[in-house]
Amino acid sequence: MSIKTAIIGVGQTGYRFKRTDVTMQELAQEAAAKALEHAKMEMDEIEAFVLGIAPDALSGIDNVDRWIGQALGVTPRPQLRVNTGGTTGAAAAQAGYIHVASGMFRTVMVLAADKVSETPDAQWVLNTAMDPIYERSLALNAINMCSFQAVRQMHQYGVTERQLAAVAVRSRQNAMANPYAHLREPISIDDVLSSRYICWPLKLLDCCPRSSGACAVIMAAEQVAVSSPNRPVWIQGMGATSNTVYMGDKMGPGRDTDHADWDELAMAAATAYRRAGITDPLEQIDVAEIYAPFTCTELAAVEALGFCPKGLGGQMNEQGMFDMRGPMPVNPSGGVLSANPISATALARVAEAALQVMGDAGEHQVPGVRRAVATGIGGTLQFHTCMVLGEDL
Amino acid sequence: MSDMATASSPLIHPGEWHIHYDYAVGEIAERFFTELRDNATIYALRCPSCKLVFVPPRAYCERCFVRTTDWVKIGPEGVIEAFTIVYEPFDGLPVPPYAVAYVTLDGASTALANFVTDVDLSDPEQASAALAIGNRVIVDFVDERKGLITDFHYRLL
Repeated sequence: MSIKTAIIGVGQTGYRFKRTDVTMQELAQEAAAKALEHAKMEMDEIEAFVLGIAPDALSGIDNVDRWIGQALGVTPRPQLRVNTGGTTGAAAAQAGYIHVASGMFRTVMVLAADKVSETPDAQWVLNTAMDPIYERSLALNAINMCSFQAVRQMHQYGVTERQLAAVAVRSRQNAMANPYAHLREPISIDDVLSSRYICWPLKLLDCCPRSSGACAVIMAAEQVAVSSPNRPVWIQGMGATSNTVYMGDKMGPGRDTDHADWDELAMAAATAYRRAGITDPLEQIDVAEIYAPFTCTELAAVEALGFCPKGLGGQMNEQGMFDMRGPMPVNPSGGVLSANPISATALARVAEAALQVMGDAGEHQVPGVRRAVATGIGGTLQFHTCMVLGEDL
Repeated sequence: MSDMATASSPLIHPGEWHIHYDYAVGEIAERFFTELRDNATIYALRCPSCKLVFVPPRAYCERCFVRTTDWVKIGPEGVIEAFTIVYEPFDGLPVPPYAVAYVTLDGASTALANFVTDVDLSDPEQASAALAIGNRVIVDFVDERKGLITDFHYRLL
């Protein structure tokens, strides 16, 4: 029997291209201080720390968690670093949840930070995450790995570049109301369609930016959470899956999942939904914060989460299904397309989902949210997480 | 404090990582690359349990976790499963434009990535139509093979 676990505080630095006024440690301190302030707690009330730090070379400090932990004054409390690539922030949240749900700790701070803008070589760094023997010299990186997905969606489902563009436009529209978002200038369908190709069919405005920023989430066991001044946001369900690193295994006749889709996310969601008692996601979930770094990935996600049938994500989005005032608002924060501090990106989805349930999301608050879902994705589209957050214990 | 602030701020300290590695490819990949280099042939490994033919070859079937045993010659023709055309320059990566495709070589169960050459990439619409999923390609081996994945590339049939 696991311990009921809630999120009781959230801190985000705001996501910007550069933060030349702070080091990585100071960026982490800023998010941690904000989370403590939000939860009305002191640092000595935190019993353990989980740090989400993606590939070291993105910040250029090897094992930067050593410096961040020290900067937070963790001594002598335990700290654990988690890295699952893009999924890192969500995986850190998963680990934090397990820390509390296991009964080992009553309070945990989950924190993730990145300063991706300090290298122009992020795609080169991500290229080094490819198989050094068979794939690295083929210039694969995070962008073209998602282009392969988009191409398959276009072929299998008739997804159009205009449909992809509509995802970017809606995300940006939402970001305009979120002061933490990195990109907040309005864009039109034509702006997206006329932006230059990066990796066909993905154009510049189909892609997320490189951002700097940090996010911290405080989790607590029921005995602590019930006396929080904030409305506790209960973690009602969590699911995680992994799949092969080889994208080609998800394309040939021997595939058991398809690179066009996120069957792995559907599996993670099925687990999270079952634990949360969700049988009708459209009816029982009020808002979604989806890790979608490219427009095409959001289509795969809304389908995997059961918001619409496979292949129809693009059409449903064009019809307003996922708008702020639509039946299933997706990424009211503006999502990853509006800010991508890589290590912290998936944790920001959890944080934003929690804020929506607390009713604390500010101008991008969706009215009356009782339950939210947050997702994470990383590796070669191989690691997926799904967390269901709600106001009911 | 104001005396300490300078007009040249922010102060930036540069950093570089230059790290050399010598990756041992292991016996399985050595056989794959030796056949590629010496005989201009591409081999995959079949799982004795599920019969899937994996390329890149794996020592263990990743579905069944049993040792793969049967080397199978695949190709030299195949079908495009996914592709992209890179138009943006990235530091440390090739000069664009270039096309990369995942291709299921005849006889394989999985798709193998490589560059596609001899395609005019200047017009994205025409180039993407030429590279469409389902189109067939053939493996072109380079003359001076070194036992690397770039010893071959794909060419449209």
